[in-house]
Amino acid sequence: MVGWLNFRGLNQEGIVFAIAVVLFVAAAIGLPGFIDPNNLVAIVRSVSVLGILALGMAVVIIGRGIDLSAVAIMAMSVAWYLQLLNTGTSDGLAFAYVLAGVLAIGLLNGFLVAYADVPAIFVTLATGSFVFGYVRSQLITQDAVPVPQGHWVELLGGLRFLDIPIEVFVFAGLAFLFFLFLRYTKWGRYIYFAGDNPVAARNIGIPVRPMLVLRYVLSAFVALIAGLLTAASLHSINTRVVNSTLLYDIVLVAVIGGIGLSGGRGGVRNVLVGAALIGILLNAMTIIDIPLLYQNLIKAAILLGAIIVDGIINPRDEQTAQQGDI
Amino acid sequence: MKLIRTLMAAATALAVTAFVAPTFAADDPGPAAYAQALKGKRVMLVPLAMGFDLAQGWAHYLKKEVEAWGGTFETRDPNWVVDAGAQAITDAISSDTRPDVLIIHAPDLNSYSKLMKKAQAAGTYVILVDNPANFPADAFVGSDWDRLGQLEAEAAIKGCGENSSKKIGLVQGDQANSSSLYQYAGIMKVLDKHPDFKVVAKPDSNWDATTSRNVTTTMLQQNPDICSIIDFWDGDATGASAAIRDAKLDGKVFLVTTGGGEKAADCDKLNDGTYGAVVMTDLARQSGDMNAIIKFLLQSGQPAGTSHTYIYTLEKATTKADLKPDSCWDLKALQAEAAAK
Repeated sequence: MVGWLNFRGLNQEGIVFAIAVVLFVAAAIGLPGFIDPNNLVAIVRSVSVLGILALGMAVVIIGRGIDLSAVAIMAMSVAWYLQLLNTGTSDGLAFAYVLAGVLAIGLLNGFLVAYADVPAIFVTLATGSFVFGYVRSQLITQDAVPVPQGHWVELLGGLRFLDIPIEVFVFAGLAFLFFLFLRYTKWGRYIYFAGDNPVAARNIGIPVRPMLVLRYVLSAFVALIAGLLTAASLHSINTRVVNSTLLYDIVLVAVIGGIGLSGGRGGVRNVLVGAALIGILLNAMTIIDIPLLYQNLIKAAILLGAIIVDGIINPRDEQTAQQGDI
Repeated sequence: MKLIRTLMAAATALAVTAFVAPTFAADDPGPAAYAQALKGKRVMLVPLAMGFDLAQGWAHYLKKEVEAWGGTFETRDPNWVVDAGAQAITDAISSDTRPDVLIIHAPDLNSYSKLMKKAQAAGTYVILVDNPANFPADAFVGSDWDRLGQLEAEAAIKGCGENSSKKIGLVQGDQANSSSLYQYAGIMKVLDKHPDFKVVAKPDSNWDATTSRNVTTTMLQQNPDICSIIDFWDGDATGASAAIRDAKLDGKVFLVTTGGGEKAADCDKLNDGTYGAVVMTDLARQSGDMNAIIKFLLQSGQPAGTSHTYIYTLEKATTKADLKPDSCWDLKALQAEAAAK
């Protein structure tokens, strides 16, 4: 392993960071208006909701899980909330219902994964479909639910500090909180142990199962925040987003930043790096006016490139592989 | 003499006919033939999804009419998933209760072509609604998207005015849906005639409001003097309008879009200045056209796939100035009406 020490800085996170920097410099030189402070704010803002969702996803993935219900929870909880408001339920009661619903789904996810031992990928796929199907068919009447005029969600969307939209601050704040949680709290550190080797973690007395439940609840609440911010900005929420590629983009942001799907590795920094790359890439491609089809192609090619380079620099072997590696 | 006799005979015959005729009028064969041709016939609507204004409006008007003549009306909800729509059509064709008329809202030019052919072979009339497809359906009812694009471009040019920057931004849907492709072609046709107007950017929203907001933000960042933006659907134009609001360019950028003429989606937003102009589909009339062609096909006796009719809905760019109380239809009212039953 000693020979690889020179490349220690060049894990996948490093590679992606390098690509992001190169792209940033190239865009700053080549594209007029890219370096404009307003455009930089727009970049951060465009990935804020994505980044917030990716933070929740990251915590779950580090604990060796995955939450495929995140987008459904995000859209449907807020759609239900707005529907309740539009049909005359008082704000406090409506919000309490929705909080309870989100909590219930998070608990259900966590319980089924932790105690019923069903693989997370199946549990969350199923609960995601359930949440979408139930809310869409029983609780709301239309794909798009508008925010009532003058409601605090609408006002939230117009909130600016120093001309910077509120999403950016929420993203930054949550990123900082997640950083503190993962780095400095006991339960935060335990997530890495549990993700790296759940059996060993359990044997040394870590409450692996309750922690697992906590992570899914956390992810569900993060999704609710992301949904509220989306509705705040657009003055409505469209549940069609559940069918979009947003879910894959969330996993992409987490994974491209270097959070291994096998768990136990990565942190908030990886999410930030992943989000930065996606943000810069999308913004630059929009400025150049590249059609969407090619945008997806380029996005995919860069992801593939990063994985291949990572594979060459950090080859898999018995020492780096873990039990349960995907 | 012979001639006179013949004439008299003819006159008698005429007199008899004239005398008998009123009894015929009392027994108009129309209703009976109509009832015989239509009664018990099945009509199925397979839109892109049931969860948006157009589909809910069509379903409302079709159901009312189909059930009135004694038919059954059903809908399927693929929820924007092309495969689910294909599955719904396949199931419908092969089921015992095969629909006599299938109304399809195609997601793109080609996806359902084979299935629609199968449906016609089985004896089901196929009506395409809203989105054209590469298939000779029995009828197409919907917008002429090329013309619709032209109307949008004309509205944008008017909204910009002569003394503006003459810069126009487009937020397209995608590069697969015919409504997006033809709309673009129509817009460009008009802009070719106005060479002083320039399209400065034409990103895709993929019909998603957040994406529309992000690309519009970038567009306005790069070209703050844009005088008009054409977003290809009111379903995602809320994103473009959010970007305009955030850039504090309300009232400076004339936002043009198109939609089904629903009150909350279109008229309310024209009224509050979010949209400068909306090319609205007259949904009630469009549904009426569908009802008429359904009734025609079922009585025609012709096998499915014999004739190909295009019924384009009359489109008009509406601005705040020409808003009338009946410019829009109200989904909430329709839902309340359905709930009251």
